[in-house]
Amino acid sequence: MRLTVVDAERCVGCQSCMFACTRRIGKAGLSKSCINIKSLGGMSKGFTVVVCRACTDPPCAKVCPTDALRVRKDGGVLLDPAKCVGCGNCKNACVLDAVFMDTKNRPMICIHCGYCVKYCPYGVLDIDKEGVTNA
Amino acid sequence: MLKGDTLSNVLYIDLTKKDYRIENREDLFNKYLGGTGVGIQLLKENCPPGCDPLGPDNPIIFVVGPLTSFFPLASKTVAMFKSPHTGNLGESHCGGRTAVAIRMAGFGAIVIKGKSDIPIYLSITDNKVVFKNATTLWGMEHNSTTGKVIRENEKDAGLRTIMRIGRAGEKQISYACVTAETYRHFGRLGLGAVFGSKNLKALVASGKRSTSVEDTKKYISVYDEIYNAATESPLMKKYHELGTPENVLPLNKLGGLPTQNLQKSRFEGADQISGEAFAEKYLGRRLACSHCPVACIHIASLREPYEDEPYFYKTSMVCYDYEPIFALGSMLGGTDTKGILKLMDRIESWGLDVMSAGVVLAWVTEAYQKGLITNKETVDLKPEWNDYDTYIKILDNIIDQPNDFYKALGKGSDYASSVYGGKEFSLTFGKNEMPGYHTGPGAHLGFLIGTRHSHLDNAGYSIDQKVLITTKITGEELAKKVIDEEKWRQILTSLAICFFARGIYTEDVVLKALECAGFKLTKEDLKRIGEEIYTEKYKFKFQEGFSLDDYTLPKRIFETETPTGMIDPNYMKEAVEAAKNIIKSKM
Repeated sequence: MRLTVVDAERCVGCQSCMFACTRRIGKAGLSKSCINIKSLGGMSKGFTVVVCRACTDPPCAKVCPTDALRVRKDGGVLLDPAKCVGCGNCKNACVLDAVFMDTKNRPMICIHCGYCVKYCPYGVLDIDKEGVTNA
Repeated sequence: MLKGDTLSNVLYIDLTKKDYRIENREDLFNKYLGGTGVGIQLLKENCPPGCDPLGPDNPIIFVVGPLTSFFPLASKTVAMFKSPHTGNLGESHCGGRTAVAIRMAGFGAIVIKGKSDIPIYLSITDNKVVFKNATTLWGMEHNSTTGKVIRENEKDAGLRTIMRIGRAGEKQISYACVTAETYRHFGRLGLGAVFGSKNLKALVASGKRSTSVEDTKKYISVYDEIYNAATESPLMKKYHELGTPENVLPLNKLGGLPTQNLQKSRFEGADQISGEAFAEKYLGRRLACSHCPVACIHIASLREPYEDEPYFYKTSMVCYDYEPIFALGSMLGGTDTKGILKLMDRIESWGLDVMSAGVVLAWVTEAYQKGLITNKETVDLKPEWNDYDTYIKILDNIIDQPNDFYKALGKGSDYASSVYGGKEFSLTFGKNEMPGYHTGPGAHLGFLIGTRHSHLDNAGYSIDQKVLITTKITGEELAKKVIDEEKWRQILTSLAICFFARGIYTEDVVLKALECAGFKLTKEDLKRIGEEIYTEKYKFKFQEGFSLDDYTLPKRIFETETPTGMIDPNYMKEAVEAAKNIIKSKM
């Protein structure tokens, strides 16, 4: 199972997905959000969805010096917080900027749970239950 | 309030000393929730009686609400200040990313005082304020250029608000607005001029934080109830599809669409400027405010050829809504939709309140037709209904101010008509230009006694359409209905809830949502707090010289038919008298 961005052109920038991501762990706000919606240089040009695209061979895991990032079966990574030393290599390795850092400098990366999809009213996001391809 | 919530942190910024401090004001937020309620208290504390609205003592106050970032559609920021346009209470609301960004930056309110010696912009993030030189940005022609430059220079894309003024604010035109995120505004009552008077070009705020709720299951269930109502129920459909311009045709059919400076209340060209017409010809994109799935913001794509080069075009993305279509369309007798959009775009460039600007242009047109002003005043411009090239030139002159006439126009139509005549058709209420409703006595009573002189204060226009069209009620009953509605709306604006969601945020829903955010209140509490805030605002208004003993209503409103028939001046008098007594009885 993995999160997919079906069509970013449909995004209106409501950011409901960002709030959903933090809410799923019982918090109100944005501090734990692993997805970001930002304009493409002004809202007149629309939005871009910044989130882990579930690489099958993720560069972020490759540069982790402590093996804190384990590759998921369907692509993307899972973090073992006990192993993480907060070096930030993973953040630098992600060309999408989809590795977010928390206040303790630990990475926050989408785990593809699909919770945000329920709060995307315009069909920008979807969950691919089968997919492991790197489209 | 929940443990760890930063709502009660108030950021005080002194532009003169380039200094700031953060103070915990749980006292205010516990008592008055946020938004309007906390705003009026901060205004009382920080605005000396009788202060010059364009002097350093006039504070700029921004307040968000306890539900902001907790629930959808609570994403408005309330600005409080003394208005340079009316010389009285200034309160203006803006969506966009403003509220979420201020809340996520760790503040419930920001109070800005003093005056910078040079143009600056403020960058607020990580509990720090950086005062940045804005000399280069001062005087830039298009407001959006300022946005572009700041976007490139500041961090936190997607998490920030960029509020800024255009040249109208720099020039302290009394109805200059503050623009946020290109398409949203603190539109009314001249906050832009107050920014300009302080040499404050822009303000950026951003952050990312969260608060743990006490009962996650309950929080999510209340959240889903509100979210589902916003996305699935018919309550929000009109905002979502055609947007607010959906109102054009029904209001015209009813005979309540102010046309040609309210010489008429039906416009034969309404079909050409309807929400349907704009959507079909121009709608290019729909946008949303942060944490609002409704996406009511409608953007037109306007393609114009350059005249000096074949096959060379400029495409502008212009935001349109009902009120701008009324103010620049029907009010100016206009069916030239390209012209309307070009004028809207120009108003965005300069950073003016589009509603006041349109009503000023309507007054100019009629005053010119009646010979009160001549080519000498207009510098040879000949205003005429539906002539947008001329309207754009007049607007440019309001900014450039080549003579006393254009200087007067920069102070609004109440002031201009006090110099050149034509008061009887200067459509202002408490010196603020009218919104797009001529539905009956409820609307006009609402504009006059509304604490912001806005149609949104109390929705008098809705009482006209729901009650007065079919039923006769006394002036006193009307006054009571208008005031009761305004008192309830103090709660919504104190929670920074968008009025478009008023059908969703019923009393019960408000109480449930507040409980999740750590405020345990009852219906009685809400009633009491709403009343108190209303009274506090009126106290400020009276202190600054507003009076219901000595008021004038534009004669024009009694000369043009409404859906409820002609308005009887005696009925209005009775209603205002009753309103005055109700308001004074609480002082």
